[in-house]
Amino acid sequence: MTFSISLAINGEQRTVELDDPRVTLLDLLRERLELTGTKKGCDRGQCGACTVLLDGRRVNACLALAVSCDGGEVVTIEGLADGDELHPVQAAFIDHDGFQCGFCTPGQVMSAVGLIAEGEAGADPERIREGMSGNLCRCAAYKGITEAVLDARERMAGRSERSAA
Amino acid sequence: MLEVTSLPAAPHMRYGSNSGQALTRRDGVLKVTGQARYAADNHPEGLLHAVTATSTISRGRVIRLDVEAAKAHPGVVEVITPASRPPLMADPDWKGHLFAFRTEALQNDQVRYANQPIALVVAETLESATEGAALLAPQYETEPARTGLDLERFAPEAVGVGSPPGAAVGDVEAALGASARRIEASFDTAAQYHNAMEPHGLVAAWDGDRLTIDMPNQAPVMAGAAFARYFGIPPENVLIRTPFVGGGFGSKAILNGPQILCILAARMLNRPVKLVLSRGQMYGPVGHRGQTRQTLRLGLADDGQLTALAHHAVAATSSFDEFIEPAAAVSELVYASPAISTSHEAVRNDIGTPGPMRAPGAASGSIALEVAIDEAAEACDMDPLEFRLKNYAEAEPISGKPYSSKALRECYAEAARSFGWSGRPLAPRQMRDEAGLLVGWGMGTAVFHCPMFAAEACAVLRSDGTGLVETCGIDMGQGAWTALAQIAADGLGLDIDQVEFRSGSSDLPDGGIAGGSGHTATAGMAIDMAGADAIARLADIATADPASPLYGSGNAGVVAREGRLHRRDDETRSESYADILARAGVAQVEGTGRGGRDPAAAQDHALQAHGAVFAEVKVDPDLGQVRATRLVGAFAAGRIINPRLALSQLHGGMIWGVSFALHEAAVVDRRTGRVMNADLGEYHLPVNADVPSVEALLVPEQDPYVNELGIKGVGEIGITGSAGAVANAVWHATGIRVRRFPVRIEDLMMSAAA
Repeated sequence: MTFSISLAINGEQRTVELDDPRVTLLDLLRERLELTGTKKGCDRGQCGACTVLLDGRRVNACLALAVSCDGGEVVTIEGLADGDELHPVQAAFIDHDGFQCGFCTPGQVMSAVGLIAEGEAGADPERIREGMSGNLCRCAAYKGITEAVLDARERMAGRSERSAA
Repeated sequence: MLEVTSLPAAPHMRYGSNSGQALTRRDGVLKVTGQARYAADNHPEGLLHAVTATSTISRGRVIRLDVEAAKAHPGVVEVITPASRPPLMADPDWKGHLFAFRTEALQNDQVRYANQPIALVVAETLESATEGAALLAPQYETEPARTGLDLERFAPEAVGVGSPPGAAVGDVEAALGASARRIEASFDTAAQYHNAMEPHGLVAAWDGDRLTIDMPNQAPVMAGAAFARYFGIPPENVLIRTPFVGGGFGSKAILNGPQILCILAARMLNRPVKLVLSRGQMYGPVGHRGQTRQTLRLGLADDGQLTALAHHAVAATSSFDEFIEPAAAVSELVYASPAISTSHEAVRNDIGTPGPMRAPGAASGSIALEVAIDEAAEACDMDPLEFRLKNYAEAEPISGKPYSSKALRECYAEAARSFGWSGRPLAPRQMRDEAGLLVGWGMGTAVFHCPMFAAEACAVLRSDGTGLVETCGIDMGQGAWTALAQIAADGLGLDIDQVEFRSGSSDLPDGGIAGGSGHTATAGMAIDMAGADAIARLADIATADPASPLYGSGNAGVVAREGRLHRRDDETRSESYADILARAGVAQVEGTGRGGRDPAAAQDHALQAHGAVFAEVKVDPDLGQVRATRLVGAFAAGRIINPRLALSQLHGGMIWGVSFALHEAAVVDRRTGRVMNADLGEYHLPVNADVPSVEALLVPEQDPYVNELGIKGVGEIGITGSAGAVANAVWHATGIRVRRFPVRIEDLMMSAAA
């Protein structure tokens, strides 16, 4: 029995024939679509390493069955940069050293992008710390992560102001 | 003899144009775009997926596995059990060297801890392998689990990785008996699990008798040789690729059974196999920080001088191997006392063998020592900083050796000033914030040794004026891709963008072990020596060539800088590397180098990094809820190659200290011996919202003895001192001395009732 599902992944419409209903969105991305930027840290929604945007919302891809995402729009870490030009959140993570080993980083970056889009990343670092607390970092690069999100939010606000002007 | 150096005049002031610069990570773009390829991201053609079935008991024997049910599941290709496992060429219980731990690769049906692998299921898909493993439905003959520290003790022959189990100076018992005041306190520290974000995993592929393994590993050349033994092939036939390690913290330095089984399955089935442990499966076969109970006895003179310090630790190890958390050893390093003794005992539990976890021994011992010191200061009515300065060690306490360098006084002063320590009331429970929360301030001394291992590197200068430097360095987040490249560029007298740096693969020269905070020093020295060797060879060519402006400079020597050799005594006479090589008709010159400790330096000096950490906590007087709100640490760790990356290491370490004091503990079910919170929801790691304002300050320190580069290391020291500072701040906030870590709400609720 196969399941045909249709997904927009990083702007590209893809039809996937799934032979197994047990496949999670995370394993679909990693094992079948060669999009390995999204990481598996716990496989049970506790660490956030697999954070992607599904229909614009932050989700743990390990908790979503692929078949349940039929018709959805997924953005992963691979879909964030514009060619060689990094997304402001990506650039800010480098500038503020918001990572060490880098394994949680794709999830952190996607979570930050989602948080900013949600309008929840205010200028108050406490709100960012709270809003980013679904993404564990064992290296504990939290100081840099928080600074990066604050900085990226300002860069993006400045950019949208400029484009609106 | 030709004198060649790449250094400008004052080696410790500024080293080349690369080291000392706060460059951003050279692997940063790969990491923020998802292109950094970790082991489990590899997907070679024909890949099979393996899943281990793991024991749900902690002691006994597997008496039945439903292999037929697993094999019948669609997609399952093979089920390996002790009954069907092909032979290995080495015994998984072999202990041939210091880093060899006994492990389980289905050598028999015995279960010695929960989460031990008891079978391996291989399938076409991950989903099929996972379900196949579940279908094995093991049945056991179960024996009672041995847990906790209230068991028969034994005296270990060694603690940590081959360290002596104790040390002493003076007569501690006599000194305690004669002391004006005595402090005795007992401390409990919990078992902790590394929980690197990247699970342990690998992709193994065979080509005839050649084996390629993609895996995160902190010591790949050593690991390659060990895997070669198991499979009866020469070490050079094993290639381990480990360009990115998603956190190691010690757990990825030790070989484990699941790795052997994955490689074995790949050979049996002649297809590449991927195995990734689940988060829960890592609470067993991949090491942890062992549980301890520590007793400290301090003798004090009336003026607050320590007259005796006895530190005894009992640590849990497994039933079948020894790694004894060397917790008491920290008391050999920090405070001066005419009489000191340290000692260890161990008990055997039905657990996976503990192992080195970030600041092994030092973290566990430091929190106990720092709290005991705080209690001593309290008993003497002294400020904790004043007390520590009173007992400042001018020479290493037990050995009496002079320090190679020790800027600890400066650390105390800078961190105290930045924190604002001077306004601190002596008595506890004196400060509240505007919300009515109890506020407390505490401090701790940070110390960590700076070992060096052995490493090799090779450096090449090419005819186009660029360089190539190779060593199997390991970047597990500390920043080796960047810091080692900075050293490499300086070693060759080139800009960093002119140097190709190859690392993270076991076919390169052995970069040694990424552990003990010694990797930058060890691999860095090998790289630096290789660069100097390549420059020497280039200088040989130039100074012997009558057409070169450097001809005849042999006695004066040359200096390598910005891609040119300069005559040392006449800098206007210089020539570019490319011109030297072009005229000689040579494509490139190669140099090699080795890194390692100068035995004389270690013989004559105590080699340690130091620091001071000050912490603020706030405690809800009604709920007992405690939060670390502010940490300031100052650290002196020799030369800092990249301040941006060093600060990240120190911040991370300090947060590990907060976690040690307030968050993390594995909770063992005494009935079954299983870890009850074997997942990231229940095993509490600090999340972003748990993390206070953290500030690390770098105190300049020049050390001519640790190594020629003056590097000590910053990977682990941040935990030490920090954990104790937080614990002491809890006391200062509440007046309650908690001596069991992590501090729990119930420990502080007692005070609320009082």
